[in-house]
Parts: sequence; C-alpha cells; structure tokens
Amino acid sequence: MASYVLRRIFMLIPVLLGVSILVFLIVHLSPGDPARLMLGERAPVEQLEALREQLGLNDPLPIQYVKWLGRVVKLDFGRSIRSNRPVVEEIAARLPATAELAVAATVLAILIGVPVGILSAVRPNSIFDDVATLGALAGIAMPVFWQGIMLMLIFSVHLEWLPSSGRGDGWQYYVLPAVTLGTGAAASITRMTRSTMLETLGQDYVRTARAKGLAERLVVYRHALRNALLPIVTIIGLEFGGLMAGAVITETIFAWPGVGRYAVDAIRSRDFPAVQGIILTFALIYALINLIVDVLYAYLDPRLQVRYD
Amino acid sequence: MEIDGQLVADRPSLWKRFSRNRKAVVGLIILIIITLSAIFAPWVATHDPAQQDLRARLQPPSAEHWLGTDNFGRDIYSRIIYGARISLRVGLISVSIALALGGTMGLVAGFFGGRIDSVLMRIVDVLLALPAILLALAVVATIGPGLNNVMVAVGIAYTPNFARVTRAAVLQVRELDYVAAAQALGASNLRMMFRHILPNALNPVIVQVTLATAGSILSAAGLSFLGLGAQPPTPEWGSMLSSARSYIRVAHHAVTFPGLAIMLTVLALNMVGDGLRDALDPRMER
Repeated sequence: MASYVLRRIFMLIPVLLGVSILVFLIVHLSPGDPARLMLGERAPVEQLEALREQLGLNDPLPIQYVKWLGRVVKLDFGRSIRSNRPVVEEIAARLPATAELAVAATVLAILIGVPVGILSAVRPNSIFDDVATLGALAGIAMPVFWQGIMLMLIFSVHLEWLPSSGRGDGWQYYVLPAVTLGTGAAASITRMTRSTMLETLGQDYVRTARAKGLAERLVVYRHALRNALLPIVTIIGLEFGGLMAGAVITETIFAWPGVGRYAVDAIRSRDFPAVQGIILTFALIYALINLIVDVLYAYLDPRLQVRYD
Repeated sequence: MEIDGQLVADRPSLWKRFSRNRKAVVGLIILIIITLSAIFAPWVATHDPAQQDLRARLQPPSAEHWLGTDNFGRDIYSRIIYGARISLRVGLISVSIALALGGTMGLVAGFFGGRIDSVLMRIVDVLLALPAILLALAVVATIGPGLNNVMVAVGIAYTPNFARVTRAAVLQVRELDYVAAAQALGASNLRMMFRHILPNALNPVIVQVTLATAGSILSAAGLSFLGLGAQPPTPEWGSMLSSARSYIRVAHHAVTFPGLAIMLTVLALNMVGDGLRDALDPRMER
C-alpha cells in the first residue's frame, strides 16, 4: 500500500511540471509585450524596465522558466500587479472561503445524489426514477449563473428568507451559494450512483444473496452498494476538485470573497502573477484530491491492494 | 465477413434503437426546432434584435413583446432567437477545435502506440490536471477575452476528452483482423488510419461530440456571463443574462428567459447524446 502511494505521488511530478510550463507560458504566449500588457499603454519607460527586471523578462525563455520555477516551488508567485502584495498572501486570504463553499456544496451533493441514485436504481422505471432522472438531467443542463440568480430572486428578494450575498456569520449565508454550486455535482452523483447500482444489482452474487433469503435492505446496502462505491467515490472526488474551480461563477454571483472571484478580477485586469498563482494553486489542489481518491480507491478495493503489495 | 454481415443485419437499425428512447426523441425534436429557429431567425423573430426603444424599457411579456423587453427596450424573444445562432455556432466551433486537436492526438496515439503514444498521453494528462473551466480560463487569460477567443479556449478545454475517447476506440479497432489484413495488403498508415480504423472507431466519438457541444455551450455562456466572452450588445444568452442581472428586482423576465434558452438547448443535446450512447454502444443491447 505504501509503495503504491509513493508511486502515485512520484507520478504526479511530471504532470505538475507540465502544468507549470503551461502556466509559465500564459504570460509569454500573450500577444504583445507582457510588461506593457500589465502596466497599460501609457506606462513610463522606466516603470516598464523595472517590471521587466523584476519579472526577469530580459532573460532567454528557458532561463526565465527555471528561475520562475525556483521561486514557485518556494510558493513565491511574485507580487500582484494590482495590489502590489505577494500573490501567495492574496490567495491564502481567500482560499478558506472557497474551500468552505466547496465542502458545503460537496456534502450537499452527496446527501442528495447518493440516496436518490440508490432509490432510483432499486426501483428502475418507477415514477420516482423518472422524476429523479429528469431532475438530474435538468441539474446538469442548468447554467450555474442562472440558477444562482433565480434562487436569489426567490429566497432573498421575494421571500426574504436568506441573505442575497456575502459571507457573513451564520449558516444562512452558505445556503444559496452551496445549493447553487452543488446542484450540478448532485446531478452527476445521482446519475453515477444510479447506473453503477443498476449494474451491481444485476450481478450474480446479488441474486445469490436474494436467493438465500437476505432482507432486501441488506442486499442493497451490504452487497450492492459496497461494490458500487468505487465509481461513486471517484466521481465525488472529481466533482469536489471541479467545484473548487467551478466556484468562479458562484462566487461572482454571490459576492463571495473567495479565490474564484479573485481569478475573474485578475483575468479582467491582466494581473498575470495573480492568474498564474491561482491556476497553480487550483492545479495542485486538484492533483492532491485525485491522489487521495486513488489511494482511497486502493484502500476500498482489496484487489488493488493485493496487486500493489 | 459473412458473420459480421449477419450480425449487422440482425441488429435493429440505428434509428430504431434510438427512437425506442423517448427522452432522446424529445431532445432531438427540441434540437431541430432550435436549429431551425436559428437558421430562419429573420423570419422567426418578431423584431430587430438590436433595435432599441427607450420608451419601452423592461416591459413584462405582452402581445407586442412575447418575452418582454430588456433595459434598452429591445425585444427579448427576438434576441433569444438570434442568440441561438451564436450559441449553436459557439458549440459547433469549440467542439470542432476539440475534435480536430484531440481526435488527431487520440488517433495518432492509438494507432502508432509506443513512444508517440506515451508522449501524447502525457500532454493529455497535463491538460486533464486542470478542471475544464480552469483550463478555459487559463487560455482566456493568455489570449484575452472575446467571443472568438472563448471558442478557442473551450475547444482546448475539451481537447483531452476527445484525445482519450478517440484513443480508446482506436485501440479496440486496431486489433481487429481486417486491420491486419489491410496492413498485409500494403495499405499506407494514413489510409489505414482514415479509411479503415477511424470509420469503425467513430461511435464513441459521435456521442462525445453531442455531449461536448452541450458542455461547451454552457461553458461559453458562463464565460460570457463573467464578461470574458461575448460583449454587449451581442445577443449572446450568457451576456444578455449578465446585463439583465442589475434589473432583477424590477424585471426578472430579462434574466429568466435567456437562462431557460440555455438550459433547454443543453438539456436537448444531453438527451440526444445519452440516446445516441445507448443506441451506438453494443454493450447496452438487450
């Protein structure tokens, strides 16, 4: 097991290096002079030269990359062009808000998706199943930004039950953003749970379990669900990683002070060091989540453990 | 070959298998209606989508303006009809880019295998290391905002999916006897790839095209909503929604209808995609 985890961590390194090259190139593939892009057309020459010096833009590209990477591994993403504060501090100040929102949305998505998916699979083609399947399809098709605004309209403007934006004290502030962000994930989890449960419920060992007279509840939860868990865990992990990044839109609608909203502002104002820092941070988090999912996978599936021990 | 022919003859036709699925047929009908409205927009729309009428700002739906008017007094129904042109085009172009890049990568990787395969798949791994929306944002950050750039960004974001799906399909087909026979007869690599392998590896790719079109319409509308894609006054659904947001308290219809248009389009494409998957995937056959 330990060797598997180590191998898996080792495999991450080339991927993250690749991502770092991609992120490094964001500045250099942009049409035009990066320094001028960042400071604007009317910036004085001395200021441009100073920024070029600061970013090392006068060196050949490979050298720039190595120097930049040397700083990045020490978590030094440079200074934000807009605020002139270290990007790392700007991200660190906002990351908890995004993480909270993503966790709340994921928990909500699991609490809805898994039971609904199981119930759908247990009674396929029932009215419940039809409604759930259609609901999941709609949940995936619904634009996040539209859903967020509609929820705000109903629950904040008309009913005045919940605050419309911001991250204040109290659970009320979390409800609308978490529901908005979690709906798509809930829909995906429902679909995945339903289809894998349908598959396992059709297996021979499930028929055997029924034949020997086990209670239906035991058959469903102990025999079928356990074996359906792997793909469900995978999709939950993937969704959680996607939700961190998906927060971009939700945070913008609800004025949530997280990294997602910061990303949009940074892109709009061409704050390249900030954009690079944010993308690297998200990539690292996404990679770690995938790593955890894979390890969990090996832990849940004894067959994989045997293979790697 | 005879056995193959027999098997094919015994299978119900694609349309028969597809039309068994009620949801897929409904999706297809909705999709046809949306496409026709986009093509014949000048006849389907009741007003000029750009025509402003400042005396009729933010009007609720009426006989004159079926879905009401926006903050410049423009007819929302007509803007949505013209917006279908933009959204469908965005979906098609983004997916074409993803298909051209990813499909080629997958085809080459799967066909040649070995080192070419590992190099290409490592590139795909790097692209997959970022969630799609983030990859699209990174591209927009690089090449700048705008509707055309968003299409490129979304296309690149979907590239790794196509590479994976195509490679998997090619790997399956490559091992079949008739491919070995073609090779023995001296077919060139290009001929083998495009003439013999690709046509038989298309099914999963077609399903992916349908589903990815839905996804890219949604992503592009999201980017436009964030102000990174289509700019006003373009009647793009995401950007219409974004500009109408400030008037949500007085005129929610200006937000509601463009959102419904996006949802309906994406829903229809997904239903067709699911139906195609069930119809094209032999494992699902009874």
